[in-house]
Amino acid sequence: MVERVRGIKFHKKQDVAIVGAGITLFRRRLNETGKELSYYAVKQALEEAGLDISDIEMVVMGSAPDAFDGVHMKGEYLLDGSGGSNKPYMRFFVGGGTGVFAPIAGYWHVASGLADVCLVVTEEKMSSSHPHPQSAFKYIWDPILDRPLNPNLIWIFALEMRRYMHVHNIKHEDIALVSVKNKANALDHPSAQLAAKITVEDVLNSEPMSLPVRRLDVSPPSDGASALIMVAPHIARQLTDEPVWVDGVGWALDTTWWTNRDLYFPRYVAEAAKMAYKMAHVTDPRKEIDVAEPYDPFDYKELHHMEGLGLARKGEAPILTREGVTARDGDLPVCPSGGLLGVGNPIAATMGVKVAELYWQLSYRAGKRQVAREVTTGVTQAWGDLMQVGTVVVLSNKR
Amino acid sequence: MVRVAVVGAGYSGFNANSPDLSWKEITYEAAVRAYEDAGINPRRDIDAVVTCAEDFWEGFAIFDEFCPDQLGGVLKPTFTVTADFLFGLANGVMLIKSGLAEIAVVEAHSKASDILTFGNVVKFAYDPVWLRPVGRGHPFYLAALEKSYYSNLRGYCDYTYAEVVAKNRKNGRLNPDAPYSADLTADDVLSSEPLFYPLRKLEIAERSDGAVVFVLAKGDIARELNPEPVWIDGVGWNSETSNYDTMSFTAVYAMKAAEMAYDMAGIENPAKEIDVAEVDDRFAYKEVQHIEALKLAKAGEVDELLESGYFGRKGEIPVNVSGGSLSVGNLLEATGAQKALEIVLQLRGEAGRRQVDAEIGVAQVWRYLPTATGAVAVFSR
Amino acid sequence: MAVGKKDISAPPYVEGRELELEDFEEKKVTYVEDYPDIRYQFTAGQAISKFLNGLKEGKILATKCNKCRRVMVPPRTFCELCFKPADEWVEVRDTGTVETFSISYIDPDAKPLDEPEIVAVISIDGASPKMGILHKLGEIEPDRVYIGMKVKAVWKPESEREGMITDIKYWKPLEVE
Repeated sequence: MVERVRGIKFHKKQDVAIVGAGITLFRRRLNETGKELSYYAVKQALEEAGLDISDIEMVVMGSAPDAFDGVHMKGEYLLDGSGGSNKPYMRFFVGGGTGVFAPIAGYWHVASGLADVCLVVTEEKMSSSHPHPQSAFKYIWDPILDRPLNPNLIWIFALEMRRYMHVHNIKHEDIALVSVKNKANALDHPSAQLAAKITVEDVLNSEPMSLPVRRLDVSPPSDGASALIMVAPHIARQLTDEPVWVDGVGWALDTTWWTNRDLYFPRYVAEAAKMAYKMAHVTDPRKEIDVAEPYDPFDYKELHHMEGLGLARKGEAPILTREGVTARDGDLPVCPSGGLLGVGNPIAATMGVKVAELYWQLSYRAGKRQVAREVTTGVTQAWGDLMQVGTVVVLSNKR
Repeated sequence: MVRVAVVGAGYSGFNANSPDLSWKEITYEAAVRAYEDAGINPRRDIDAVVTCAEDFWEGFAIFDEFCPDQLGGVLKPTFTVTADFLFGLANGVMLIKSGLAEIAVVEAHSKASDILTFGNVVKFAYDPVWLRPVGRGHPFYLAALEKSYYSNLRGYCDYTYAEVVAKNRKNGRLNPDAPYSADLTADDVLSSEPLFYPLRKLEIAERSDGAVVFVLAKGDIARELNPEPVWIDGVGWNSETSNYDTMSFTAVYAMKAAEMAYDMAGIENPAKEIDVAEVDDRFAYKEVQHIEALKLAKAGEVDELLESGYFGRKGEIPVNVSGGSLSVGNLLEATGAQKALEIVLQLRGEAGRRQVDAEIGVAQVWRYLPTATGAVAVFSR
Repeated sequence: MAVGKKDISAPPYVEGRELELEDFEEKKVTYVEDYPDIRYQFTAGQAISKFLNGLKEGKILATKCNKCRRVMVPPRTFCELCFKPADEWVEVRDTGTVETFSISYIDPDAKPLDEPEIVAVISIDGASPKMGILHKLGEIEPDRVYIGMKVKAVWKPESEREGMITDIKYWKPLEVE
């Protein structure tokens, strides 16, 4: 057994900057194929970065279940639309966490020195799956122990939400505030699918899906794509005066046996955040993080993830929300994009409202969505699988 | 420069089926062997775990859920790349070079025997609008089209491919983990059923089950763990196009992947410098394409070299001494794993009766029908 | 350096053409249907096979790791936390505690159910704390369920059991007995 000196990691070959991003419309059904959506997103990201597809050295694709698009090995299918033709190209997939994981993979393509310019594309075409996108989720369950019970995807969320509410004695009203906030924030996002001014009562009175989860607690299934361009420092300097730097990345995957865990706290997010913060030298996230884009496919998830990210103490996130701390003009703006609840949830393509939004916020390009406070460092996160995976990226506009 | 080495390799054995063990249990077995081989405690020592899997090979919508436990990756940085093991290996190399990991684990497995409708799964990868509605036949017809085009282009006759099959299946006789090895002649191959003319039954690799786990480490740590590790000198991967009608049919993906890997490894003259190669031979003609793409022979000259025994076990550059996929079986995303494993065993001198003398070896894989995507890795001792 | 407030709104534009469900129903868009026949036979493996055979006999079986001392349900051949083989088989009870629950109004295809069903994570008595399985509750009104409620398995008659998780029909409140 070897004795090793730990903690000498993060000796990367080079730093990594983001210089461009693109996003498509998010809608329940879009006319475009997944390839076409990917193309739109890539085209926009290239435009923003001032690059041509021939400048791209490697391509990273992120996309969630093949069962949505109805194509086996869909990474290969999406190859041409995402600009991967005749290039080193591969697809990454960590369930719902993919939207923030794909840029992590993009990060190591560049940080390792294998590429200087890496394009990261994420796509989801959920509407191809019939009778409902949720039908594809039948196959996420253990085939022997769970599938015979005819589970619906919403179950796991309902079970986790109930446990979270129970342990901290949180009321549904406090959770519903997240849905109200994010759907209102989304009014300023041009991609938004479900932007609206709603009230807490609207959420509490909406159709029950799998209680405590009601219709307005949930983000919608969507079609969409997004893209990011990640480059080495010498390229970034040629392209822009104000790149946004990737300061930290982290991810963690908890055990498959999700019924053996206490679901009230997302340890998978906490572990991922620990890795990312360590790398980014963030020691007190509540003080050092200026803006956050945690994953919000369900309203309670934003709160749950804020706690996992150390932006709030356990059980404290609903209080911060109620006090307006997480509003766009608050002290710690959370999901200023409008999040998945407001903009839509094309699983992996939510990179566009998570990592891309943070990039736009930190480069002060978010327009009407720009948060009120001054920003230098932000964190974004996604979550996926059977309440298992946390993926975290810390970005900064300072070096 | 940060170098990366293979410090542990474990596998479960390769079998035509495995009705007694779940994919988790097979993978666990491979993982335990790999960690034992590397002399590490996975719960303490590993920094990242890479699983290579495709949902529809597994029968799941999000297979990533089922990765961590059997690899000791619970609550560690674990993820899935939806590609072959060699792509996972490339990620392992990048993780270490980018400083995100010092010890990384790469895993791939096949539980092909769980798939009841293999042809339909392959066909489900075809373009839903252009290709799937064409014809009702088994999707292997695309391979037959490619073979036909390629043979015409190069002027290779069917006898050449039959020789590939005979060579590989005979090579497999010395490999205890080659369930489809056989004493065959080229004539046996030529007289087998033309299932997808000009593609014959014996030119197609059968499926098998198995798992492979590698432990990779950063150079200094690798040397502490093992004074003579096997080094990963280069990795490369490339995709041509997703449309079958615009692919080169000459394995340009493999050529570009090889160029990338050779460049990284500092190999200028592969035919002289490479001592042993394991290439994708899941259709016999693919081995010929891949030998050309890896620049182990000039285009159009493979037939004569094959006949002279140049690629035989005792030849100048032994290709698929393990017996290749034609003997071991199609291991789906673990195909490249079996190839990399063979190279590592050969370089370590642990290949038993099929041992050849080698210092530099190359493993290559293709992502199967209907893709023009592949990866290459160069190893040395 | 121009980092600071500025008058740029990204993304500057977004592309995509929205469709309504009616566009498909009225065939206003072109599409291709596919009903793939894709089937699997999942090998249960050593641990789950024994577990399923146990269910057939009306028993819930667990495995134990002698290092971390956990009694694990569902059983597994190896302890994923210690990364070593599990050491022994033990029978646990067919009673347990509701750790969390949900009242579901929809089926796997998101279609409404006639009657809502109650699903729960139930930690099994005799296993380590929080060792739960996913299952359903019955013989109780949805508004009477609470976290911490003690429940007992309701088995199918022995002749109808087939070595499936559904050999337990559902779990009912223990106090009802």
